[in-house]
Amino acid sequence: MSSALNNPAHPRNVQLTSDGRLKHFLSINGLSKALLTEILDTAESFANMGEQAVKKVPLLRGKTIVNLFFENSTRTRATFELAAKRLSADVLNLDIKTSSTAKGESLMDTLQNIEAMYADMFVVRHADSGAAHFIASQITPKVAIINAGDGRHAHPTQAMLDMFTIRKHKGEFEGLKVAIVGDILHSRVARSQIIALNTLGAAEVRLVAPKTLLPIGIEEMGAKIYTRMEEGIKDVDVVIMLRLQKERMAGALLPSEAEFYRLYGLTTEKLNYAHPEAIVMHPGPINRGVEIESAVADGPKSVILQQVGYGIATRMAVMSMAMSGQMQEKAQIQ
Amino acid sequence: MNISILGGRVVDPAQVLDQIIDLHIQDGKILALGDCPAGFQAEQTLNAEGLIVCPGFIDLGSHLREPGPSYKGNIASETQAALAGGFTQVCARPDTQPPLDSPAVVRVVRERAELAGKAKVLPLGALTQGLEGQLLSNMSGLQAAGCVALTNLRRPVQDNLILRRCLEYAATFDLLVIFYPEDNALKGSGFAHEGSLSSQLGLDGIPETAETLAVAQTLLLVEQTGIRAHFAHLSTARAVTQIAEAKAKGLPVTADVALSHLLFTEASLESFDSNFHLEPPLRSEADRLGLLQGLKDGTISAVSSGHLPHEAAAKKAPFAASEPGMSCLEVVLPQMLALVESGWLNLGDLVKRLALAPAKLLGIESGALWPGYSADITLIDPEASWLLNEQTGFSAGQNTPFWNQPLKGRVVTSLVDGEIRFNLK
Repeated sequence: MSSALNNPAHPRNVQLTSDGRLKHFLSINGLSKALLTEILDTAESFANMGEQAVKKVPLLRGKTIVNLFFENSTRTRATFELAAKRLSADVLNLDIKTSSTAKGESLMDTLQNIEAMYADMFVVRHADSGAAHFIASQITPKVAIINAGDGRHAHPTQAMLDMFTIRKHKGEFEGLKVAIVGDILHSRVARSQIIALNTLGAAEVRLVAPKTLLPIGIEEMGAKIYTRMEEGIKDVDVVIMLRLQKERMAGALLPSEAEFYRLYGLTTEKLNYAHPEAIVMHPGPINRGVEIESAVADGPKSVILQQVGYGIATRMAVMSMAMSGQMQEKAQIQ
Repeated sequence: MNISILGGRVVDPAQVLDQIIDLHIQDGKILALGDCPAGFQAEQTLNAEGLIVCPGFIDLGSHLREPGPSYKGNIASETQAALAGGFTQVCARPDTQPPLDSPAVVRVVRERAELAGKAKVLPLGALTQGLEGQLLSNMSGLQAAGCVALTNLRRPVQDNLILRRCLEYAATFDLLVIFYPEDNALKGSGFAHEGSLSSQLGLDGIPETAETLAVAQTLLLVEQTGIRAHFAHLSTARAVTQIAEAKAKGLPVTADVALSHLLFTEASLESFDSNFHLEPPLRSEADRLGLLQGLKDGTISAVSSGHLPHEAAAKKAPFAASEPGMSCLEVVLPQMLALVESGWLNLGDLVKRLALAPAKLLGIESGALWPGYSADITLIDPEASWLLNEQTGFSAGQNTPFWNQPLKGRVVTSLVDGEIRFNLK
């Protein structure tokens, strides 16, 4: 995939301007270490705003941002909305699942209608992999698209807020061992994390899951596969737990929640295998007693709630950078 | 009308012929090759100097969209596209609306094709009523109405007892059955080749075993029932090996590959381009090379277009939500010529894969230039450079990655039953 980084014509690079700046944020794939670091540094500059009396900067004043959520989400949508408001943008939330598409309107029609309302940025969550990419390349290329999760493909803002959290606690990525545990198969978060960790220089990315929850050939993204939890998290600096959806039992992927918890649930006992200073992360929402023990989720090593807070700063960073790249490109064309 | 085609390079693998020679047509049939027969007076002559003259191509499965959604195409538009692509006969898929499961619908399709007066249409009948895999179709009636083979397409008959009965009944009438091998359960919700790339892109995968398991299972039933079987649109190298082994055992089986699978691999999905959303999915480079090798050694005897025209909106959607298929009839020739140029085939093989082999496996007297055969003939300019676009294309479907791309090699004239039905101005 390294060829993608150097080739501005590569399909993955529709998210970059001709001089390599963000104009959409669709996927971590194709972004350089320098660009990811710039996102983290920009997020850092926004990180303390929440504690200030006036929680706003005028970076996106006069811009209209539309949150287009074709899939349900509470926390991601809320943090995107807060991020947009702290950047002084006007925000419109559209829960598409219950409006237009239910009436048979196609995705293309919906988007072109909203574009006609002079929106500057779409934050898109959609059940189909590649949906954000499709919108950016084929439907509304002049609207900055932020991918808030597409199918099983990518959830790049979640991955970046996770990287921000890791950097806050560990300082740097060189030498870090990170284990991602649980339902890798259905996880867009895991896919984006693997690319981000490798790009930022982590020493080792491990995936821990039964074979039914491991996508075929996923190791080629740059990860080591472990099927035993104790081996998989041995000496790691970061343990990232993924949410297990209840419907996985019906799909003949697992025999029972109880067996999954016994083998892959993160308990205080299992956590002892990790490095003594390891941190525990989870993109949320957590299933207590399914993939994680309450004592661990609420324990001293857990940084799960901090992740949520850092999500706002990270999303502010990505939104302001993509909008600026988009404006720059428009100015050049005119 | 009496026509003489003069000075062309006649390529006819049936007669092991590749030479510059004249060809004479009388009453819609091929009269003679070589010198003008005594008493023959041509009313029209075609100067074929610099052109290839070969039997018209026969496509083993195009979707003509009629009866059905006319916004995706119709018999007139798609048979015109066929002629422009050098295909003088096309097999029509039975998944029309209603499906080709009754003689009445088959007759309607044939009548409309005759009315259109372009490429001839060879209907494929449904193997089961409504393609639903439950009840036998009226096979002898379909045969009498003109169906050249039966198929259930990509909707496999799930119940093996019903499938066995279908094959035994079809064998009663010596009907060819065309299989599109795919295990539905293993396919699941998949639409991309299962592998590292589909995992990275988050596209649901279809494993190789979805095809190979279906081929293995079908071959055992073919052996048991003695049916003539054709396996269409192979996508995996392993399936090519399975077919080669079955042929070595003496089973009456043949196989084809769709043009798209000779040209592209899963790598085309990296940009989520819905033009590459195909059934079966584009697979690995090793699979593509296996298919080419099978084509070269004859295990795969025919190349089909896999032509599935769509309206623009069908492809304007995220990959998974787009409709599968590629509009292909008009690019088969230039792309096959490119395979000749890169050394995978010679020109004789190209004609064999597109005309002679399809005719043989369908059991029709065609695909060759024998005197007495219907004069279904294609004239090709192998050097012509052109673009496929609104001005040059005829198919209602523009869903092809070759849209507005430079192509080399073009059909100049197509004759059907000795009649010039397509002529490039």
